[in-house]
Amino acid sequence: MQIFNIVIAGVGGQGVLMASKVLAESALASGMDVKQNEVHGMAQRGGSVISFVRIGDQVNSPVVMPGTADLLISFEPLEALRYIHYLKPGGRLVYNKVSINPSTVAAGLAVYPQDVEQQIAAACTNAQGIEALSIAREAGNGKAVNMVMVGTVMKDLPLKEEVITEVVKQLSQGKGVEVNLKALAGGAAA
Amino acid sequence: MKKIISGNEAIALGFGDSGGVFASGYPGTPSTETLEEVARLGEVYCEWAPNEKVALESVIGASIAGGRALSTMKHVGVNVAADALLTLTYTGVNAGLILMVADDPGMHSSQNEQDSRNYAKFAKVPMLDPADSQEAYDMVRAGFEISEQFDTPLMLRTTTRISHAKGAVVPQQKITPQIGEWVKDVPKYVMLPNFGKLKHIEVEARLLKLQEFAETTPLNRIEMRDAELGIITSGVAYQHVREACPDASVLKLGMIHPLPERKIREFAGSVKRLVIVEEMDAIFEEQIRAMGIDVEIGKNKLPLCGEINADILRAALGGTGAVTPSPVAGLPQRPPVFCPSCAHRGLFTILSKLKVFVSGDIGCYTLGALPPMSAMHSVIDMGASISAAHGMAKVNAIAGRDEKPVAVIGDSTFFHSGMTGLMSMAYNGGNALVIIMDNRTTGMTGGQENPGTGKTLQGFPARQVEMVPLVKALGIDNVVELNAYDLKETEAAIKKGLATPGPYVLIDRNPCILRYKIRKPAMIVDQDKCTGCRACLKVACMALGLTATGEKQKVRVDPNVCNGCGVCKQMCKFDAMHELEGENNANL
Ligand SMILES: Cc1ncc(C[n+]2csc(CCOP(=O)(O)OP(=O)(O)O)c2C)c(N)n1
Ligand code: SF4
Ligand code: SF4
Ligand code: SF4
Repeated sequence: MQIFNIVIAGVGGQGVLMASKVLAESALASGMDVKQNEVHGMAQRGGSVISFVRIGDQVNSPVVMPGTADLLISFEPLEALRYIHYLKPGGRLVYNKVSINPSTVAAGLAVYPQDVEQQIAAACTNAQGIEALSIAREAGNGKAVNMVMVGTVMKDLPLKEEVITEVVKQLSQGKGVEVNLKALAGGAAA
Repeated sequence: MKKIISGNEAIALGFGDSGGVFASGYPGTPSTETLEEVARLGEVYCEWAPNEKVALESVIGASIAGGRALSTMKHVGVNVAADALLTLTYTGVNAGLILMVADDPGMHSSQNEQDSRNYAKFAKVPMLDPADSQEAYDMVRAGFEISEQFDTPLMLRTTTRISHAKGAVVPQQKITPQIGEWVKDVPKYVMLPNFGKLKHIEVEARLLKLQEFAETTPLNRIEMRDAELGIITSGVAYQHVREACPDASVLKLGMIHPLPERKIREFAGSVKRLVIVEEMDAIFEEQIRAMGIDVEIGKNKLPLCGEINADILRAALGGTGAVTPSPVAGLPQRPPVFCPSCAHRGLFTILSKLKVFVSGDIGCYTLGALPPMSAMHSVIDMGASISAAHGMAKVNAIAGRDEKPVAVIGDSTFFHSGMTGLMSMAYNGGNALVIIMDNRTTGMTGGQENPGTGKTLQGFPARQVEMVPLVKALGIDNVVELNAYDLKETEAAIKKGLATPGPYVLIDRNPCILRYKIRKPAMIVDQDKCTGCRACLKVACMALGLTATGEKQKVRVDPNVCNGCGVCKQMCKFDAMHELEGENNANL
């Protein structure tokens, strides 16, 4: 198969890396080659985070180039706009509509653009915004935003829903299993 | 069984599967997860050293005692360990010894972009450069074999995109560790000049033997495809080459020092155009040009700074591919900031207000250099905060400038190399205010244990270094505890420290919020009382923000982000902030 390029963006602390892990493990469990890569190191919360997952018969580079992503998953609207140029023409975007202020905005040094969602719609005809935080809370934990996001994009992936569900089950612990599965289902229904 | 793991995890697994016995390192992005994974796997003894020199020296001892040993560090860590490395190359090893060093092209999380391949040349040791997780795994085993066969330390070099990228790994048959004899061998291990002179001759001879080995090892392979274009490359650059030029012929180097000269000549002679693709310095290119081989494209078209990727390669090769789309312009940046509720925030709010010169160090607190705090004025390397402040104070005294510098340093950095600087300041009659932010973790790199945390890397209880007696023992009389969450107290303490002549140390002992998972009820702003004066925004917390509408913008707190430290509240003169009832629901 052609390589399927996924970019996952968000804010440090939102669980971007866990979502990437679910997708990468699901690809491996489906017998595909996969490379997953994000640059991390700064422990602090609040910085912009971007992660790549590439799935195919044989994947070389761990890096997705701008203009080549089949799917962009963003955990925050401004981050969706920041990385929207990674999408290939006609690429799919799913984003969480709940915004988080960058520190620059919080300090009054910059303004959070009011028309982020309009800009997204103008740049991408295949975009869907979801209320991931309230869906995650309904599932039992606001931190499950990452699983909600994975749930919503399941139908867009070259992976079977059962495989993803099984991987989420395996990667979760204790009460988290139920919460994450609910979040996944909630995301899928969004 | 096939697994999908990062390069760092692969090295850890390879270490356990290849008879590893002892591992020691110091955290540093992107190398950190390697030792953490050795600890998680739980099969081999491993530990955090207080710095890289200690780590490498301990590993040298382990090798002399007969155990296969691994030391891990980031690129700049090798500078700290270099003294040991450059003589270790003379003594050689008993059991296999690998020094894993992780470079950071693109400086995703580093203070410089040095290329560790220079150290392999400098120390005259073999170096391996994996191109994916599988190779990272395999090269640990190959590395131990080379190290033992040639009686040499071996460097295993990764870059961020190898250390942190995950790919499939199929493990090899596990080898059970075999511990060799612990022998006394004075001419081998005692580097007095007379023994060292002989050893130097051996090192040069060893390098020639290693070069012969490089000619035939499968670690260096030729992938012959179209003879029109031939590319010499290694590491992650190989993956970008395959992405951009699937049809090109490639000499893929796995052993990158010493270089296989005959193999390179053979390859160069079999292709029409020769291109060298390497990130950072022109290490291959300089050596290959010195062999008298014509290189069409190297650093004349490819960057010396930053990472290489498939698009950069296509452009350098004169491709006419599609134009890469560029990002949306003018969006607000989202740089990392102190976590909501981090104790560093209170300290920098005051340092920023007092406008003192802050000689900084490396850790989460380095973010105090960014706006709106802008309260750190020099950051060089780990430990330099204190020693540089000492030099500044001496020159200030000579110049008759009545201003005392402030040094800010974290606990891990203080143990790493701040202690010696402080001792020097006490010994040499220095005059600086030193603030130790002892949050009892190595925060910046993800919260590792250190000699002050009371726990080892493997999670066992440990003797905890006590900061106050330690500082006193180094020769400091004025040692005062600080609570950086209390802005008034902090301001008074800093002013007192600045007004008192001589070295003065303040120690904040508030724990790292992220590492110790501390949760407090969120703040709420009374919109009727808030005047929109923006005083609270000076604390630079991402939980704060201006309301979007209304003729006068007011401040609101995002309850999903705030963690209730109350630092912003202390900035408010209008009593507009109070704690939200109930549990904190911080989602970050
Ligand atoms: C020689 C060297 N080794 C390792 C690092 C990586 N590194 C950056 S900051 C840091 C430690 C920070 O810990 P600490 O001083 O306790 O401050 P905190 O981040 O907890 O505030 C480390 C290990 C480095 N920059 N240089
Ligand atoms: S990781 Fe710890 S020290 Fe670093 S910013 Fe967060 S709370 Fe502060
Ligand atoms: S909003 Fe205020 S109380 Fe909440 S974490 Fe930030 S500075 Fe602390
Ligand atoms: S300091 Fe108080 S009054 Fe001023 S903007 Fe902040 S909350 Fe409002």
